Amino acid sequence: MADAMPAAPGPLPVGPVGRRGLGQWGVGALIASEAALFAYLLFAYFYAAASARPGWLLEPAPKLWPALPNTLLLLSSSLVAWIGEKGVERGRRAEALTGLIGAFVMGAGFAAVQVYEWSIKPYRLGTSSYAALYFTTTGFHMAHVVAGLVILAMLALWVALDFFSPRRRIVVSAGVLYWHFVDAVWLLVFATYYLTPYLGFAR
Amino acid sequence: MTPAALRVPAIDDDTPELRARLHAIWATTPGWKGWFTTVDHKEIGIRYIVTAFVLLALGGVEALAIRLQLAGPDLRLMTPEQFNIFFSMHGMTMIFLYSSPVLSGFSNYLWPLLLGARDMAFPRLNAFSYWVYLAAALFLYTGFLTGNGPNDGWFNYVPYAERQYNPGLNQDFYALGMVLLGISTAVGAANFVVTAFKMRAPGMSIDRLPILIWGTLTASVANLVVVPAVSLAFFLLWLDRQFGTSFFRPAGGGQPLLWQHLFWLFGHPWVYAIVLPAMGMVSDGLPVFCRRPLVGYSLVALSTVATMILGFGVWVHHMFATGLPGLSLSFFSGASIVITVPSAVAVFAWLATIWTGRPVRSTAFLFFAAMILLFVIGGVSGFMTASVPVDWQLTDTYFVVAHLHYVLIGINVFPVVGATYFWFPKLTGRMMDERLGRWNFWTMFLGFNLGFLPMHLIGLFGMPRRVWTYPAEMGWSALNMITTIGSFAFAIGVLLFFVNVAKSWRAGALAPADPWGGSTLEWALPSPPAPYNFAVIPTIASRHPLWEEALDENTPRSTITRGMMLDTGKETVTTTPLDAIPDRIVEMPCDSWAPLLLAVALGILFVALLLKLWLAIALGALLVLGALILWLWPQRRLLEREPAHG
Ligand code: HEM
Repeated sequence: MADAMPAAPGPLPVGPVGRRGLGQWGVGALIASEAALFAYLLFAYFYAAASARPGWLLEPAPKLWPALPNTLLLLSSSLVAWIGEKGVERGRRAEALTGLIGAFVMGAGFAAVQVYEWSIKPYRLGTSSYAALYFTTTGFHMAHVVAGLVILAMLALWVALDFFSPRRRIVVSAGVLYWHFVDAVWLLVFATYYLTPYLGFAR
Repeated sequence: MTPAALRVPAIDDDTPELRARLHAIWATTPGWKGWFTTVDHKEIGIRYIVTAFVLLALGGVEALAIRLQLAGPDLRLMTPEQFNIFFSMHGMTMIFLYSSPVLSGFSNYLWPLLLGARDMAFPRLNAFSYWVYLAAALFLYTGFLTGNGPNDGWFNYVPYAERQYNPGLNQDFYALGMVLLGISTAVGAANFVVTAFKMRAPGMSIDRLPILIWGTLTASVANLVVVPAVSLAFFLLWLDRQFGTSFFRPAGGGQPLLWQHLFWLFGHPWVYAIVLPAMGMVSDGLPVFCRRPLVGYSLVALSTVATMILGFGVWVHHMFATGLPGLSLSFFSGASIVITVPSAVAVFAWLATIWTGRPVRSTAFLFFAAMILLFVIGGVSGFMTASVPVDWQLTDTYFVVAHLHYVLIGINVFPVVGATYFWFPKLTGRMMDERLGRWNFWTMFLGFNLGFLPMHLIGLFGMPRRVWTYPAEMGWSALNMITTIGSFAFAIGVLLFFVNVAKSWRAGALAPADPWGGSTLEWALPSPPAPYNFAVIPTIASRHPLWEEALDENTPRSTITRGMMLDTGKETVTTTPLDAIPDRIVEMPCDSWAPLLLAVALGILFVALLLKLWLAIALGALLVLGALILWLWPQRRLLEREPAHG
């Protein structure tokens, strides 16, 4: 029989340090579940489209203006949020605030343009299953954008209150990660609704 | 004072002084305040179990009402509409509000004890998940009590569920209630997944996990990604009904079959999610009564995971009769037949364990052993319906009702009752009555078979499921009478179980720490365990930390009485996902109002959505937001922010 020895680790980090900690796992799980939700929404689109009669697409050639520039705006807001996170990591508060607030403003801009786009669509939620899918999918995404904006605003507030340090900043990393997720999902939604018709899908 | 960023955890023996210190740190606030704010996984686990058993009783009463109506031909005890509500409520209650939550309850209670942890990874999320489950159950039962229970069966096919055919609030209660319940299930699943990967005691590498952990982990990974499918389906249904969309309505270009796909994409993995943890209970409990380790541990663990992976590929077998293309039917039929292989592996492992062991016939053993038999019967009838031509004959008959009860009662209710006999001493500090236990077992076992075996025949004779009554000329009357008698016998058996629980909880014999000579960590703790579970963090060196001497394996021994103390705060340690090497000291949250507040806010929001009260919806949404911010506000105590700052 070998000797019973309790595990005796050397120095261990105490609490979340940098971007690492239990919270990171939690946000990871949240994102996995929400990614699945969007996967089902897109599945619903492809399923309905594949089994629909011709003429189902209400926009056989979706207008890329203002959707495409708006997509670029949202994607670049991810970059700006990342700069904000780096600012916290380096202990530069001004940089951090600029990044977080910048991302917030860009995200809010995206939301405003999206609402405008909804308002100029020639169809409404109840028009057909295509319309229902379009508004619901983009609506779900909008709900996530709003959640992300609240998160960015809270992060900016907390940074302004000087809560964090290069060491204790997991909340910022987790929030910014969520924002990246919101942006990445949009890319898929955009590709599905605006680009696949050009590839001839469901036309 | 800034806590150090790095610390070498102090190591010492388990002493009464240490226990006193930890107790002061970990105990829930006494009184009503603690009752509402506790985050202790043991308290939450017991609540889950008790609530789920209450719902089992409610669902059982509904079933008995159904059986009374069907006891003889042409009875008129209920109207057809009432009958619809009763069988739908029964199915919904049993599947969603009993089978899964009861397993979450056991896993919540047992996981940290089995893993050598002081709590789950996210204790507040755990409390939240319970409160939302309770809110959803209340929500759904409010519908029932106001005459608005679900009335299209538990899988709720469109177009019946659309507003045109179903103008009442029934479906709106069901749809929103399920979205609410989905939140509870998803966050609970996330908690299990992270706990399994991060909260294990040092040395408990992935090949040393109890099978219950494998079962619940697999189920949770699945739940995390499939629950959104059903939440979405129900949400879209609600939009169809209330906002005139046409997701499922052909008139607007919608697809009724989309409902079935989304529902069964979720539904079939879910069926495994409500049996795999229960199979895990048997895999862990049975060997204790056979006085030997489980035969084929690795195979059983692998087959658990394999079942779920295949489980993702069989959803269409619920739709064989919907006119899908032949190739697709063949594929899913094949997958459905293949899936019996991993299940068979588990069955043979249990049989071999009994065969080569020295069985102690306790009540728990009887329940576990009976489960194997019922599993085989349910499995064979499932295998039969996996074949497309047979399914075309049998679908929507009582044969299917028989099958699903053998599976659900056999692989969920029997193991859960067995698990209660097995772990009751740990949960309550008292033993259950073994003599009453025998009565309990035999009444349940004989009553169940008397009630449900004849259903196979009734099905083969052509009686459809979900019919409100039948004429005497069909020749089904005698068998239906037997079924009803058997159902009542089974119900009496379940009642005996509840009586035993109530009686033993109050006045059962006091339980020692390890009444059964168990092999896993929970039996090293006092019954019931202290709030902090482990006074020192144990170090695990084998699959059976408590049987190392008996098995005389020539391996290093686990240490349970000496280890990291972690007593300078509400602390514990996290470990790496595969090898369980300590990687971080973490602060755990204390009692908190946030979970309850958030659950109440969600409850308000959902009631407002149901009634479409826009002002209340806005208020509910604001409350949800406020509760979330309160919850996530960075805390110094949790080291989420820098004490020196702000
Ligand atoms: C006293 C015990 C029980 C009795 C007598 C009973 C009886 C029945 C009967 C007669 C039906 C068929 C109703 C019909 O098609 O007209 C039914 C349906 C069903 N039962 Fe049970 N049951 C019992 C316990 C359970 C349990 C413990 C579960 C699950 C864990 C369960 C799950 C279901 C489900 C999912 C359905 C299908 C409902 C539907 O058609 O939508 N039952 N039950």
